[in-house]
Parts: sequence; C-alpha cells; structure tokens
Amino acid sequence: MSKREIDFLEMDFSEVTRRLGVSRRVFLKFCAGVAASLGLPPGAAMAMAEAVADPKKRPPVIWLHGQECTGPTEALLRSEQPSFEHLILDLISLDYHQTLDAGAGHQVEDIKKKTMLENKGKYLLVIEGAIPVKDNGIYCKIGGETMLDITHEAAENAAAIVAYGSCASWGGVQSASPNPTGAQGAPEVLKDKTVVTIPGCPPNPANFIGTVLFFVTYGKLPPIDDKGRPKWAYGRLIHENCYRRPHFDAGRFAKDFGDEGHKKGWCLYQMGCKGPETYNNCPSLEYNNVGGGVWPVGVGAPCFGCSEQGVGFAKPLFSLSDVLTHTPPNTFPEIDDREGPQGVTATTAALAGAAVGTAIGAGLVTARKVNEKDTSDADE
Amino acid sequence: MSAYQPVGGKYFTRPFIFFLIVFLIGFYFMAERFILGMGSISNLNGGFSWGIWVVYDVVIGTAFACGGYAVALTVYVLNKGKYHPLVRPALLTSLLGYALGGFGAFFDMGRWWQFYNIFLPWHWNFNSVLLEVGLCVALYIGVLAIEFSPAFLEKIGSKKLLNRVNKMMFFFIALGVLLPTMHQSSLGTLLIAMGHKVHPLWQTWQFQPLMAIISALTMGFSIVVFEGAFVSVGFNRVSETPLLRGLGKAIVGLLITFLAVRFSLLLIQGNVAYLFKGDMASLLYLLETVLFVVPIYILISPVRRANGGKLLLAAISMLLGGALYRFDAFLLTFDPGPGYSYFPSMPEMMVTLGIISLEIMVFLIVVKTLPVLPREKHS
Repeated sequence: MSKREIDFLEMDFSEVTRRLGVSRRVFLKFCAGVAASLGLPPGAAMAMAEAVADPKKRPPVIWLHGQECTGPTEALLRSEQPSFEHLILDLISLDYHQTLDAGAGHQVEDIKKKTMLENKGKYLLVIEGAIPVKDNGIYCKIGGETMLDITHEAAENAAAIVAYGSCASWGGVQSASPNPTGAQGAPEVLKDKTVVTIPGCPPNPANFIGTVLFFVTYGKLPPIDDKGRPKWAYGRLIHENCYRRPHFDAGRFAKDFGDEGHKKGWCLYQMGCKGPETYNNCPSLEYNNVGGGVWPVGVGAPCFGCSEQGVGFAKPLFSLSDVLTHTPPNTFPEIDDREGPQGVTATTAALAGAAVGTAIGAGLVTARKVNEKDTSDADE
Repeated sequence: MSAYQPVGGKYFTRPFIFFLIVFLIGFYFMAERFILGMGSISNLNGGFSWGIWVVYDVVIGTAFACGGYAVALTVYVLNKGKYHPLVRPALLTSLLGYALGGFGAFFDMGRWWQFYNIFLPWHWNFNSVLLEVGLCVALYIGVLAIEFSPAFLEKIGSKKLLNRVNKMMFFFIALGVLLPTMHQSSLGTLLIAMGHKVHPLWQTWQFQPLMAIISALTMGFSIVVFEGAFVSVGFNRVSETPLLRGLGKAIVGLLITFLAVRFSLLLIQGNVAYLFKGDMASLLYLLETVLFVVPIYILISPVRRANGGKLLLAAISMLLGGALYRFDAFLLTFDPGPGYSYFPSMPEMMVTLGIISLEIMVFLIVVKTLPVLPREKHS
C-alpha cells in the first residue's frame, strides 16, 4: 500500500461528510467515479478526495455570460454528480455568476472586481456564451461594458479559462451565417491564452465537473486536443461508441421517422445523424442521469452535431454527415443470397480426385524408388 | 568452399513441362479473376467467404511451408548440427510456400487494391487475428528471403555482402523461429473467432492455437522428409534416409502429443457423442485419426523408420492428415447457416493447382541454379 493511500485511510472525512451532507462512502464513490471517467489511475481518486476535503483549496470562480440562452448553466443546475449546490458551495467558491448571484447591479460588479484583484492569478474563469466582436463588441453589454472588454479583463489574471458550451467554445448558434454581430468563441477572442472548451448545446455537466475537479485536485487543466477540448471527454467520435453502430456496419438504416427501421432502433445515419463527424462522449455518459438511453440518438433523434464547430448550426439537419472513420458503400453485397452456382459437378469432383490421386500416386511410386535406392546405396 | 552446390542439368524436363501447362491454365483463370472479379470464376458466397484459395493456399500451404521453421528449430534452437544439410532446401520450400500463400491471400481479397492498408499502422485494429496473421506472414516472408539469401550471394560471388549477412544471421534465425510460432498458432485462433460455425469436433476453443502449432510443426517435419525423398529420387542423388529418419522421431512425439490433447479435449469438452453419430463429420474425423495413427505406427519402430519408403509413406500420411484437419475445420464441416453450400469451381481449383505447379517449377529452377542442396560426398 502506498504512502498516499495510508494517509488517505487515516484521513478524517467527518468534516467533509458533514459539510456535503453525504456519507463517507458516497463521497469516496463519487471521487472514484470522477477519476475513472477522466481516465485517471486509482490513486487520483484519493488525491481528489483530499483536495475536496480541504476547504482552503477551493478555487474562486468568475463566471461570465455572453450571447447565449444560459443552457449550460441550466444543464449544470440539474447535475447530480455532484449536485450543483455541492459544486458551488464545496468544490469551488462561485464568487460571480450573473444568473445565480443573490445580489444585483453595481454590488455584484464590485465584488467581481474585488475578487479578481484579491485572487490575481488564482481564480478560475468560466465563460459561457459567445463574444460579439463586430463594431467593437457593442452588441453585448453588461453593466455598461462590452462582453469583449470584460472577457479580456477577466482573462488577464485567470489561472485557467474554461469555455463552457458551444457558444463560448466556437460561437454557437449566433455565429451561424450571416453572423450579424460577429459572434466568436472564447479561444478566438483570447488568442494568446489557453482556453479549455467544453462544447455542447447544452454541454454535458459531467464533462464540466470532471474538468473542474481535475483543476481543483492538480491545480492544472487536463490534457486537451487542438481545439482545447479535454481528451477524456471529446477524444472519440460519437459514432465510435454509439450502440447503433452495428446497424451502421451492417447497412441497416432508418430512412424516416416512424418507419420500420426507426422503430427497430436502426442507425440514423441516413436521416442526417452527425455522430460520424462529432466528437463527444454522449453515448457513454447519456443525459440527465436517468439511464435508459436518454440522449438524442438514444431516443431516435439524429445527432445534429451540437458540439462540433462547422457541423451544428452549420450543416442542414437532415443532410448526410461526412464519415470521418469509414465511409459506407452505397450498396451492400447481398449476404443473404444463398442461391448460386455452387455444389459439386462431375468436372470439379473429377478434378479434385485427379489432383489428390496424382499426389498420392506420385508418393507411392517415389516410396518404392526410395527403397530401391536405399538398397543399392547399401550395396555400394 | 560451400557445403552446398547447384544440381545443374536442363530446365525443360518432362515433369517441368507438365507443371508449366498446369500453371498456364491456372494463370489464365487468375487473369480472368483480376479482370472480371472473383464472382466470375469462384463459388464463394456469403456463407463461405473463404474457399480453397484461403484454406489451401494460406492455411494449409503455410503449414506445408513450415519445413524451414521445423528444421531451424531443430538445428539452431535444439542445436542438432547434423541436420544442417537439410536447412537450405527446407528454407527454399518455406520461402516459396509462404510467398505464394501471401499471394493467395492477395488474390482472394475482394478489394485487393486496398491491400497496402495493412501496412499502415494508423489503420491497425489490434483486436484482429487476421491482422496478426497478415503482418506476421508478411514479415516472415522477408525474414525467409534473408535467411535464404546466402545461397544467392554465394552464386553471384558477393563475399563482402555474404559476410555481413552471415554476421547478422543469428537475429533473423531467431525471428524465423519466433514469427511462425506466432502466426501458425493464430491460424488456429481464426477458428475461435468463427465460433459455433466450426463443428464441435474441431472447435476446441482456447486450445485451437495449440492444436494449430503442433500440427503445423509436425507437417513441417513431414514436408522435409517428403521433399528429401523426392529430391533424391528425382535428381538421382544419394538417399537422405539415414538423416531423415531422425526427424521421424520428432514427428512421432509431436503426433502423440497432438492426438493426446485432441482426445482429452474431446472428453473434457463433452463432444465424444459427435464421434459416434455416423455422419460425414464423424467419418472425416475418423479418417483424420487414421491418417495420424499410420505415421505413428510406422515411425515408432526403428526398423520401419529406417526404411526410406515407409518413412515417406508416413510423411505423406501425416501431410494428408494435417491438410484434412484444416480442410475439415475450415470448409468440409464448416456450417455458416442453413442454405449455404460450397465446393470449389473448376477455375478455383485450377488456380490453386497452378500455384502449386509454380511452386514446384521455381523449386526445380532454383536448386538447379543456386547452391541449395548439400554437396554429394562421393564423386
């Protein structure tokens, strides 16, 4: 048993269990679950438990809202792993959030400025919503300042920046053509900063919480891909883990809502499912923690690529997606065809017999000759 | 001075012309296959996607080509130097068998122009048995070519290169023993992947790789005996019987192990009843067993073993048994579902026979041209 684990076993979790209102067992199970879904080794669960148990480690969070529908926050409010109040009261210190702040007006704006000053270089900045840049960003203002200025100001001294939701990640619905306000995602606006993106419309709260927990535990962000997405959540195409994939491979497609294939749960590719070009972990996590296949493809609606730039809000809903793995052929060979020119014919039987017979015959003749040779060799 | 020398003599002998004709007929159908597609000449269907091209040319052909593996194992791993004269001819048959097996796999591929993808690591599926077989066989063909290269280098007299190759040879010999161990057992794993389509008498599940490797090794030893006998008769050379009979002992040991494992599994896995059903499968199983028992009977006695003719008969019986074992499991008792049936078409068989003929022709040309066979002691 490693040193860390011994420490861990001796650790007193009574404080944290009282604070969170859960048993020690439930608490540790939660940490282990998050560590596992992040693809971290078992020791990470212990590190996480320690980090959460230590109230001093809770990072202050500044949460900005731009052009959006507050969908990501709404999704997070319904999170159960952990529930949202545990997240904001026990895992992080949510110091500024326009939707959830008790205060209003200049009071909260002052608190934000104060927090940013006091925790220079230590706070976590979460951006939700797109940032309009056209005409110096005048199309989105909070407290008289443009979202563009607010974002730059808050990003300046942030320890880490998380863009939560498709709008913040790459612009979302308001960046769809013709994009009248010049809406952009946070990575485009903050070109010189590393921005972790958690795209989705709405994004899965588990992906956000996992990333934040990683940050709380290790003080840094998890490994990300070239678009800033955490690899543990967005490393694979929906298509790769989709449970309807065998139907795709076998060429069984639903063609229309309510047709035979749709009722039987066949692949939705031909109805425009964008799973083959969208990176997300929806098939394995699903939504709302109710199980039973509750996610778009699971309930028979083709994926529309909400988390993928250039797919969601860009491609027509029912157009075929580009399959990034393997393109299916237009038609599949008829594997059920059991007719055909098979069976033994006189010619083939004779030919097979002749071939085997020749081989055996040649063998027998050679065997006799070998014997003669052996005898003559011995005579010499 | 090398211990090997070319046999010499003219190429166009009567047997050679016979094989040439068979090959040309096979070649005609091969061309047809590439122009009009596989469906035009083969009887393959949705149930039997593997016909004799895969089962004979690849599965059985590479087992026949295990001579190099068996001899290398004996000479270099078990350190029995007296069998050294057998190495080069065995390597040559292995090289030819594997190269043509690889070619067989290629023209059995429906979309053969995609073949190169197997060599692109980013396309690899690490759960695929066939990938293991494909890559391992491809690599082994290269290794065999290097192992055989001294014969060619001696012929062209490139001493410098020969020395360099010989210095590194230990590495390729080691690879040449490792690789067949891998892919020959994987050929058994293919049967696991086919699951219940394989008849219970042949479906030994996790023991398939073991059965495959033992039988392949036995066939490797047998083909060396077979080839040695044919060479000494065909080229009128000194009989190799005194040397070959030593291999007979190895064959007996392997065969007894094979049969012991096989019958134990039949008992343990509860499939004995299938043996007494009296249907085609049980008869084929009995035929196989007879073909395996005959060599044991012949080779277990030192007197019979010393008789070149009987030794050859034992080897032939073993080769037929090993081939039948594979034919039975992959084709004859294979059941892909109701309605499917398969028997190779005439063009399919001619292609296979053409490839066998090509193998024999190349063997004849090479032993006549390059120093492959051991130098005759007298003369």
